[in-house]
Amino acid sequence: METSAPTMPAERAAGLAPVTRFLRTETGKGWLTISPPLIYAMLLLIGPIIVIVANSFWSQDYLTIDRTFTLENYRAALTEPIYRDLLMRSLFVSVTVAFVTVILAYPVAWFVSFHGGRYKGLWLFIITVPFWSGYLLRILSWKVILGYKGVLNETLLYLGVIAEPLSSLIYNVNAVVITLAHSWAAFAILPLFVSLEKLDRSLLEAAADLGDGPVRRFLRITLPLTMPGIIAALMIVMIPTVGDYVTPKLVGGKDGVMIANAIQVQFGKASNWPLGAALAVSTMVIVSMVAGAIVLLLAGLKRLLK
Amino acid sequence: MSALSASRRILSAYVILYVAILYFPVLLLPVFSFNDSATPKLPLAGFTFKWYESLAGNAAMQGAAWNSLVVGVSAAVLSTVLGICAARAITRHRFRGLGAASSLIMAPLILPEIIIAISLLVVMLGLGLQLSLVTVILGHLLICVPYSVTVLVSGFEGFDPSMEEASRDLGETSFGTLRRVTLPMLAPSIVSSLLVTFTISLDEFILAFFLSGTEPTLPVYIWGQLRFAAKLPNVLALGSILIAASLILLTAAELFRRRAERKMELRP
Amino acid sequence: MSAAPMIDIRNVDKVFGNFRALDTLNASIGEGEFFSLLGPSGCGKTTLLRMIGGFDEPTSGEILIGGKSMAGIPPNLRPTNMVFQSYAIFPHLNVSENIAYGLKRLRLGREEEEKRVREALAQVELSELGPRMGNQLSGGQRQRVALARSLVMRPKVLLLDEPLSALDKNLREQMQVELRHLQRQIGITFVLVTHDQYEALSMSDRIAVMFAGQIAQIDSPKEIYQNPATRQVADFLGGMNFLTASELAVDGKVFRAVLPGIGAITGHLAGKAISDPASAIIGIRPERLRIVWEGETADHIVTGKVVDRNYYGEMTSLVVGIEGQSERVSVVETNDFGADDIPVGSDIAITYDRDAFIIMQG
Repeated sequence: METSAPTMPAERAAGLAPVTRFLRTETGKGWLTISPPLIYAMLLLIGPIIVIVANSFWSQDYLTIDRTFTLENYRAALTEPIYRDLLMRSLFVSVTVAFVTVILAYPVAWFVSFHGGRYKGLWLFIITVPFWSGYLLRILSWKVILGYKGVLNETLLYLGVIAEPLSSLIYNVNAVVITLAHSWAAFAILPLFVSLEKLDRSLLEAAADLGDGPVRRFLRITLPLTMPGIIAALMIVMIPTVGDYVTPKLVGGKDGVMIANAIQVQFGKASNWPLGAALAVSTMVIVSMVAGAIVLLLAGLKRLLK
Repeated sequence: MSALSASRRILSAYVILYVAILYFPVLLLPVFSFNDSATPKLPLAGFTFKWYESLAGNAAMQGAAWNSLVVGVSAAVLSTVLGICAARAITRHRFRGLGAASSLIMAPLILPEIIIAISLLVVMLGLGLQLSLVTVILGHLLICVPYSVTVLVSGFEGFDPSMEEASRDLGETSFGTLRRVTLPMLAPSIVSSLLVTFTISLDEFILAFFLSGTEPTLPVYIWGQLRFAAKLPNVLALGSILIAASLILLTAAELFRRRAERKMELRP
Repeated sequence: MSAAPMIDIRNVDKVFGNFRALDTLNASIGEGEFFSLLGPSGCGKTTLLRMIGGFDEPTSGEILIGGKSMAGIPPNLRPTNMVFQSYAIFPHLNVSENIAYGLKRLRLGREEEEKRVREALAQVELSELGPRMGNQLSGGQRQRVALARSLVMRPKVLLLDEPLSALDKNLREQMQVELRHLQRQIGITFVLVTHDQYEALSMSDRIAVMFAGQIAQIDSPKEIYQNPATRQVADFLGGMNFLTASELAVDGKVFRAVLPGIGAITGHLAGKAISDPASAIIGIRPERLRIVWEGETADHIVTGKVVDRNYYGEMTSLVVGIEGQSERVSVVETNDFGADDIPVGSDIAITYDRDAFIIMQG
């Protein structure tokens, strides 16, 4: 039996509109599926960020925006001492918080991954829950703990360790670092845990078999192989904290003010959007550069650990 | 092994201390919320419910609670829908540009919220939109989607893609397959995503602060009350309720997630 | 084949990016035939099966089922059903609901639906398991449910993607017999994908052997084994001794060769067209070589030295070095006469069946 001349699917497809043809391909189906969240992110993330970047090159006179190109905002953001100091302090705080958080979290991630047994999921749940609840309340709580008449001072007084309350506990950079490190501790665990889980246990056994003790095993196997997790954890803490607004406001005092507070002022009371935008863009660019430098540094360290 | 090694014991002690410090500030405020004193300080003065009772008649607080509920439910539902699309593309399709597209969708996870907040603020006002709960929902959606995606990607990875192919093979249409196979298989992950994103929205402050206009959500309301020292015990009571609600929701989400895992597990 | 084929594969190509997964495939599969696609992993056999089922579209060329082109027709509208490698049993449904899954869309009415499910359960001997949930079944049970779920749709073609690979050896052998039996009983076309040559040989009416996106040979199991078309096919289907020839000539339907250390031999092309005699190669299966025991005589005696000995229980494989042959030759003998006692290093005499030499494209 011979059917009528078979039409090739390719020929048939040629009759379709190019868009329809594209949507039938694997790539087309993929883009179609991801398009709703992607378009959303384009419109509400990329779009607004472009607007902010554009704003940072404009200027404002009371309520009117002058759209002639100017670098004046960046000059102010990067050279005026007040903004420069805030930017440097924010960077210092975020880098410190990131390293403190990761160093303190690493043993916990290690414990859960190596000794968590059947309860790994439960451990992760217990550790990450505080991260999800009571953002404001947790910061407020540190204010209550670190305050002049706070829980810590009262306890130390009661124990007789100090004779009068310490005023150095709160309203400074240290208080900001402590509060932020506590806030982000739980989040840093996750990438560390994931990278430790991926670590093939037999590699450690092989290293032991070849004569390495626990310290050398850690330095030569575990640390280099979990470096991606360490880097991810550092970034996931460092980048968001550089722009934290509530912590410096509640526990930072005058000495603990950060760049986000200055940005907020420009979008609120002072109402100088272009300057606020330039501060925001400068912060992002500089924190990205610092992040890049840290990544390169740790990649170099990884190469040294052999 | 008769006894744990010394290093192992030190590690365990460290982990317990770590978790204790993690929870101490979270649980401290609820303790003070039952304390019969106008300021949170030691020693405790006595047990009272009065700070909670005074919340009952507080119309402004109830308005804020209602706003939070509206924002939370909307953000949770919409972000779960968008999350399903993204998670499906990530787990079931391989195409050029997938990495870039998913990084963009996940980016709000790592961006400082202040950046997201001010850029949305500028655009909303530039477009002449009145700040309202809708603008808060739009902002929350941006930060909730990455969490939905994370939860749902593991949901999709948990079940064999040939389940969907088998359904098509047995004569079902793509829509029928979604209804009869994909959604039932994903149900626990979907519930988990709804609960997690609702909790995030409920707890979120910075975006809500910038975008809420005259309709505060609970965290924005709390922030406003912080100016008045006398209101602090009430704030603690309200905050404790919020923490309790978050804990319950997150525990429920975790239980659903585990149920999803068990459901996929094969028991020969 | 005189009747129209059930499945007609015409010039099918499949290109993923710049990787050619299938290269101009042509094959016809008859009605009621048990047809196997055999090949190593990555040869494209599963891609071809998925194209027949409608899960992939050819880049060019087309597939006809029952004389109708399947281009652009989705899996749910094709007269085929598939048993997936992972079985894809819905874990949120019980066994009966799994089997009734496709029937629901046919709106047969409750009674007819229940009757068909009962019959299907009986057919795969799972009548007791109807209420059991999909995720509480053993591997063998899941395989049967997948089979019943597909057969209940009464397809014209059943596609099986390595359906036995997840089962342990004993169960696999039992299921091979059952599958073959089931296919004879219902009489529809089965297309089986497998990388296990014994599975293909024992179950199929015909086998297509595939390598690197191309079909190397389509033939009955016996032909494929006894008369492989190429060196690759021979190699894939069990042991084959490849022999060095000092002279090789093809003349009509016969070939003649001089094999150093063995002698002059002749053989039949058996329908094969050897396009390039220069690259052709002569081979013989290990079981077609026999040991010549002391006191026995044979027409053709080849002497060599035992280089290695592998014991397999009921038989032994001897690796023999023959002067003049570049590759060692293996001889498989049952252990009845003491092949397992022949010491490594000893001299040995072997003989061959005259018609056992095969010529293959290299």
